Amino acid sequence: MQLARVIGDVVITCKDPNLTGIKLLVVQPLTPDRQLTGMPLVAVDAVGAGVGEEVFFVRGKEASFPFLPTEPPVDAGIVGIVDRWDVG
Amino acid sequence: MQIGRVVGTVVSTQKHRTFQGAKLLLVQPLNLDDTARGPALLAVDGVGAGVNEKVLIVLEGRAAGEALGRKAAPVDAAIVGIIDTVTVHDG
Repeated sequence: MQLARVIGDVVITCKDPNLTGIKLLVVQPLTPDRQLTGMPLVAVDAVGAGVGEEVFFVRGKEASFPFLPTEPPVDAGIVGIVDRWDVG
Repeated sequence: MQIGRVVGTVVSTQKHRTFQGAKLLLVQPLNLDDTARGPALLAVDGVGAGVNEKVLIVLEGRAAGEALGRKAAPVDAAIVGIIDTVTVHDG
């Protein structure tokens, strides 16, 4: 899992039926000192996150697990909103 | 998932049986400012996308197989949606 900030959202009408009702957000991965790291990506939202929030997300098929028994075809998902983190 | 643009179609006659009837498209992954990001890739189309459309691509094997509706399909990328808008907020 990785820290990230939600920086945008994606609207899609024509999509895989298993994606119906699922929110898609653009996330920018962060280092522990809040520097941008890597490229932004699109992730599904399993926790009610919004733009500007710091979150953690999971990569891989596991991103679909919060939506069981539906198995949306996704490879990244926000699974937590971070209240705070401490380093050292 | 990543944002991409469909830049072409791929025709293949001799292929693994799980590809029968699947549409293969060439997709160029994009940055948020619509510039190209890395090399174009082949993705199976699960939603009826066409050339020039902006799409959402999933880059993971089992999820891509899910989009194709077939288990154990030897695929690693699939188009799962046609994008209406992407909104990026500053800061």
